[in-house]
Amino acid sequence: MSATTVPNPTTWDRVRTYSPASRYLPVVATFALFIGMFGFGGISYQGFFDWQVFLSLLLDNSFLIVLAVGMTFVILSGGIDLSVGSVVALSTMIAAKTMEMGWSPYLSMATVLLVGTLLGTLMGVLVHYLDIEPFIATLAGLFLARGLTYLISKNSIPITDETFVELAFASITLPGGYYTTWTVVIALATVVVAAYVLARTRFGRTVYAVGGNEASAMLMGLRVAVVKVGVYAISGFCAALGGLLFALYTLSGYSLHAVGMELDAIAAVVIGGTLLTGGRGFVVGSLLGVLVLGTIQTFISFDGTLNSWWTRIAIGVLLLVFVVVQRLMTRRQS
Amino acid sequence: MTHTQERGVTELPNDRRPVVEMRDVSIAFGNVQALDRVSMRLLPGEIHALMGENGAGKSTLIKALTGVYSIDTGRIVVGGEEHEFATPAAAQAAGISTVYQEVNLVPNLTVAENMLLGREPRRFGGINMGAMNRRARATLERLGLDINPGSLLGHHPIAVQQLVAIARAVDVDARVVILDEPTSSLDAEEVQKLFDVMRRLREHGVAVLFVSHFLDQVYEIADRMTILRNGRLVEERMVAETSQLELVRLMIGRELEVLDRLDRDHGRAAPNSATPVLTAVGLGRKGSLEATDLTLFEGEVVGIAGLLGSGRTELARLLFGADTADHGGLEVRSTRRRLRSPRHAIDRKIAFSSEDRKAEGVIGDLTVADNMLLALQASRGWLRPIPSATRAKLVREYIQALDIRPTDPNALMRNLSGGNQQKVLLARWLITEPDVLILDEPTRGIDIGAKAQIQTMVADLAAKGMSVLFISAELEEVLRLSHRVVVMRDRRKIRELANEDVSVGDLLEIIAGETRQTELEGPA
Ligand SMILES: Nc1ncnc2c1ncn2[C@@H]1O[C@H](COP(=O)(O)OP(=O)(O)OP(=O)(O)O)[C@@H](O)[C@H]1O
Ligand SMILES: [Mg+2]
Repeated sequence: MSATTVPNPTTWDRVRTYSPASRYLPVVATFALFIGMFGFGGISYQGFFDWQVFLSLLLDNSFLIVLAVGMTFVILSGGIDLSVGSVVALSTMIAAKTMEMGWSPYLSMATVLLVGTLLGTLMGVLVHYLDIEPFIATLAGLFLARGLTYLISKNSIPITDETFVELAFASITLPGGYYTTWTVVIALATVVVAAYVLARTRFGRTVYAVGGNEASAMLMGLRVAVVKVGVYAISGFCAALGGLLFALYTLSGYSLHAVGMELDAIAAVVIGGTLLTGGRGFVVGSLLGVLVLGTIQTFISFDGTLNSWWTRIAIGVLLLVFVVVQRLMTRRQS
Repeated sequence: MTHTQERGVTELPNDRRPVVEMRDVSIAFGNVQALDRVSMRLLPGEIHALMGENGAGKSTLIKALTGVYSIDTGRIVVGGEEHEFATPAAAQAAGISTVYQEVNLVPNLTVAENMLLGREPRRFGGINMGAMNRRARATLERLGLDINPGSLLGHHPIAVQQLVAIARAVDVDARVVILDEPTSSLDAEEVQKLFDVMRRLREHGVAVLFVSHFLDQVYEIADRMTILRNGRLVEERMVAETSQLELVRLMIGRELEVLDRLDRDHGRAAPNSATPVLTAVGLGRKGSLEATDLTLFEGEVVGIAGLLGSGRTELARLLFGADTADHGGLEVRSTRRRLRSPRHAIDRKIAFSSEDRKAEGVIGDLTVADNMLLALQASRGWLRPIPSATRAKLVREYIQALDIRPTDPNALMRNLSGGNQQKVLLARWLITEPDVLILDEPTRGIDIGAKAQIQTMVADLAAKGMSVLFISAELEEVLRLSHRVVVMRDRRKIRELANEDVSVGDLLEIIAGETRQTELEGPA
């Protein structure tokens, strides 16, 4: 008698239970809409449809890409990290201040990365071992990092270190006369590494497991503690790295840098199709999310007629439209 | 030593030393003494049953051993060394592999990942997906299971998930394998497959700990057993030297009388009412159920028999509006109705107790009382709160009627034992006094005493005019309760027969497809 277990695994069963497409659907939707938006821009604005516009999109948002990568880890595990914007500011400040004091730029950058990772780890410990809501723990991190930035200096500190400035301006020429910068390369490399870690390592899969059901993951004997602290450490590291990219972009350290950038990062992750409840999503989606946000901003700068306060409203409306369309596209499937 | 050690311990063969020895282990949760100086030994190459009523402390003892709970007093010796595992991971590392009572896997990963997470084959530091899927498939095949390792776990019914959890536990080389109610949602055939695996483990010298409320299963497979009652050790016994009757007495501390009453009533005449309450006309949904006709009369219990995945749960979900039908329709009291959501069904006084209590029923952070009143409150609308005196009275009534322990209505649901949670869910729907009650595996994980109580209750409710659709993997139970039996296979109804002189064997034959040309056909 064979009608047991999985009763007659017919073709239907296979189709129903094995559908990678449905898992990737939100990402595919984001991608399609991004292409659509870009095409729309190309039709509406002259000079929009140019590779260099796309490359500038990456360049202007490289730090946000890195932040969104870190945020993806945290959100996949079922948490949230509100501190990243402040950590970016702190990182620019530490870099500027230490280089002003004459530190080698390498030592300075290493310090920034270390501080960011430590801050992240600290928040992870609060979340996991003291069972503090991620929202609260990282909100405390937000205030702490911003406060530390003020403590170092209230004023903007320019970065004049030669090596650092050189790095900031070094451009990579691509075939066809296009150019890009190292910041873009670093941001894309982060995406690739993160995608590998999430898809192909024990740590990465455990992140998904914890986001899927933390209690089960614990009973399965998975290393929940390592993962829960780890994702915040990674997010802290990414925020610090993002801070360095931001410093390369602005060549200054300032306590008012990156105010509210954590929300952009969260928005990018969500637009990229990652569920806020954890367990489902992809880093590539977050990259696309950042690009969508960036495209909206590019629209506004191309349009030129919009006042600055309209920018925010436009972003809000476009974001809403985008998320609604994406939801409609995804829902039909499930 | 203390009296618990002296009393009721079986002889050990000289050549064998226990691989696990728990001595005088106590655990209290607040003022609930879940374990009170309990001792248990597991021998290599033996299947050991842990017996006791719902809430006796079986799962707690297992969690104490495997590092989920830390123990208040007592000693745990594993392989001759004293241990107190801090996490389940530590227990696993020491060779103790566990399937906990509720399926504890992650729905958003694939079957293969759920089986191998934490010990995936790796290559160059990364997971070797191909090798992982191959290994998962090999293990599943060895267990005789046809499950696609690349499919998402959450897409499978609860029973398949349970099988995957078992596969995860037996995939490793373990010294001790613990199975806490692994058979609660399995069919006879899967149970046999599981038993084959357990026998093989026993031959290889593994100590297997097995929990089940099905006495027949225990008698078929177990060698030795430890009996708990109210968090205390009653006795350790050899299965072969203990009669079932004696075992029941040891478990519940008194004789059990309720069981026979129903059997004596069996064969009671079909209800004389001919008022159809719920009628399905060609009801179906692509891929889950072929067009099905079914009429449920007032005061009638209709049993659904069929194997896992035969479409029995799908039928229930369609009748309740939890899934929407894409062909056919429903008549409620002869009026055509569309049930677009459970809300509509509840408004029409149809209630559905789902098989997947963890995902669809239990709200762990609410109290027992809140969980019980959820459906009633929802059907009244949230703006009309139930008067608190009524609440208290209803809750007290059902806690008593179903013998829910602890009896405190303010206990948090997640702290209840598995069987007691199931009773609360049942109460949730009984409280709404529906016209039609759909029960999908209502007695899963419930001990024999309580099972008999619930069956009696269902029979009584039907006698008062309620119609019941009763789904259970346990065919004996279906036959004991139903007036009429519907047999399902391959996602469609293959037979409907009056429950007159039908035996479990008859049902099995119909299910297996070797349909006999006899007069089994009942009035449709
Ligand atoms: N975390 C907890 N907090 C408070 N009480 C608990 C907790 N876990 C279990 N209990 C209580 O301990 C007792 C034993 O529960 P346990 O789950 O071990 O029972 P069980 O023998 O496995 O029952 P079942 O057959 O229903 O699964 C119950 O009274 C239960 O309410
Ligand atoms: Mg239990």
